[in-house]
Amino acid sequence: MASVQHAEGDRRDFLFLATGAAAAVGGAAAIWPFISQLAPDAGTIAAGAPIEIDLASIPAGGQIKILWRGKPYFVRNRTDAEIKAAQDVDVKTLRDPQPDAARVKEGHAKWLITAANCTHLGCVPLGNQGYYGGWFCPCHGSHFDTSGRIRKGPAPTNLPIPQYTFVSDSRIRITGAPGSAA
Amino acid sequence: MQGHSHYTPTSGIGKWMDSRLPLPRLVYDSFIAYPVPKNLNYFYTFGAIISFMLVAQIVTGVVLAMHYTAHVDLAFNSVEKIMRDVNYGWMIRYLHSNGASMFFIAVYIHIFRGLYYGSYKAPREVLWILGVIIYLLMMATAFLGYVLPWGQMSLWGAVVITNLFSAIPLVGPTIVEFLWGGYSVDQPTLNRFFSLHYLLPFMIAGVVVLHVWALHVTGQNNPAGVEVKDVKKDTVPFTPYATIKDAVGLVFFLAFFVWFAFFQPNYLGHAVNYVPADPLVTPPHIVPEWYFLPFYAILRAITFDINLIIFTIPSKLGGVLAMFAAIAVLAFLPWLDTSKVKSSAYRPLHKQFFWAFVVVCVMLGWLGSKPAEYPYTVLSLIFTGLYFAYFLVVLPLLGLFETPRQLPASIADAVLGKNRGAAPVTAGAAAAPQTKG
Repeated sequence: MASVQHAEGDRRDFLFLATGAAAAVGGAAAIWPFISQLAPDAGTIAAGAPIEIDLASIPAGGQIKILWRGKPYFVRNRTDAEIKAAQDVDVKTLRDPQPDAARVKEGHAKWLITAANCTHLGCVPLGNQGYYGGWFCPCHGSHFDTSGRIRKGPAPTNLPIPQYTFVSDSRIRITGAPGSAA
Repeated sequence: MQGHSHYTPTSGIGKWMDSRLPLPRLVYDSFIAYPVPKNLNYFYTFGAIISFMLVAQIVTGVVLAMHYTAHVDLAFNSVEKIMRDVNYGWMIRYLHSNGASMFFIAVYIHIFRGLYYGSYKAPREVLWILGVIIYLLMMATAFLGYVLPWGQMSLWGAVVITNLFSAIPLVGPTIVEFLWGGYSVDQPTLNRFFSLHYLLPFMIAGVVVLHVWALHVTGQNNPAGVEVKDVKKDTVPFTPYATIKDAVGLVFFLAFFVWFAFFQPNYLGHAVNYVPADPLVTPPHIVPEWYFLPFYAILRAITFDINLIIFTIPSKLGGVLAMFAAIAVLAFLPWLDTSKVKSSAYRPLHKQFFWAFVVVCVMLGWLGSKPAEYPYTVLSLIFTGLYFAYFLVVLPLLGLFETPRQLPASIADAVLGKNRGAAPVTAGAAAAPQTKG
């Protein structure tokens, strides 16, 4: 039987590679739906629409917890002493350096709105506790100051600030999770 | 140890089956004629005990799934319904929840037995690694199962553990969202956890088959740590010797298990998990089930950033890495231990370090149950260091510096105590371990 030698790939090699490539792409395409289905579904996303919160009922020194997208947020009406304590800290000494002014809206310094899940492993810290009078996380011992900044313990960052706007002086609207595009 | 098969079917049906699907031959070769070292002690019955527990968990679990509802509004009540309304539901649930703890007790004894007798050493590395994989799957299954009753500890345990993944740089938050199926631990999370909790035990069963297969290729290690040299002199057939010994061990273990399930069913649980899950209130003290406590202590031990000059590992990622490393290091154990001698009965120094390591693990477990405050945080860090030191410092160096006792020439010699008095230094030491049990 006469055989023809091909120094380069012949037609069969091409078919082999093309079939393999198609199978690999097809396999990856078939896997994607099974990964994608793990993501939040349309109903979950729709249920996470922006909410408005009335601040009028929160007395000075008081705070409320609200639940949005299944997660709690603190809304705290800070006293003058608490605001001063937060402003007087040398920012350079902080683990996650951030001045108090960057964590509140201008002209609304008494209102501090933060996510209420500890940045360590997600527990809800207890208000008005800990070494710095802000929050103390009972799970792993993180201390936050009256600006919600991490001061001591395992949490890596400050309590994050969600995206929100003042609709009026006594009403805010939370529009996005911390760190999301406004 | 898997010599050629001696199975000879006698009946007509037996011969017909043997030439089509030789399942009876497999059972005969694996569980009847299979030779086991004649010096195995009762610590070697835990493999059978764990196998029984796996089946028991699957049976009770399948039954519970017939009455359970994986919905955030209904899950808690459906579990209470099992406890109050379903015939024998209370018993089946207590057997399942305490069965998980018993499963871990048995597996920890099984693992520490392997550490003591050097069962991970050549040629049993693959056998050992398969065991580590089973252990990982067990931990995942136990964690998922604990979430299902949807009590306070279920929810907050799930929050803490899923948030571990957020420590991964760049993709962490996305991974967590994909685990949750939402913006928090909620309905989609509970639903998929139920699905996976049902799946994983069957994956464990699959790896157990590989584990037993690997075991039957290399043969069992034994308290003397010397390999079988003469099958006739060193071994006995699995049935009746190992079968009966396993059965005796199992009976005693089950007596302990059912005593626990009937008389102390909530001792190992947390009262706060009888409070329905509430995402607005964290329990004052979140602790995992007892079998996770040593790793939980390691997770919390790293409270500081680790500066590696080129880059810095934040404390949160550091804790997560340390915890996963504490498990991963087990897989490398066959190559970390440099000693050629397997059994600690012939390793005077390793025997002491082994018991010190047991104490370290117990201490870590105790620290994991304590709040994250001084002095527990400092102690956690010290014992985390000691935990890793056993694997990364002690075992590699001990093989180089330790003078082992003289090994018996064979398992038969070890059983007959022939080594006794062979050398003055070893007098009385060599024969002791085989008589313990």
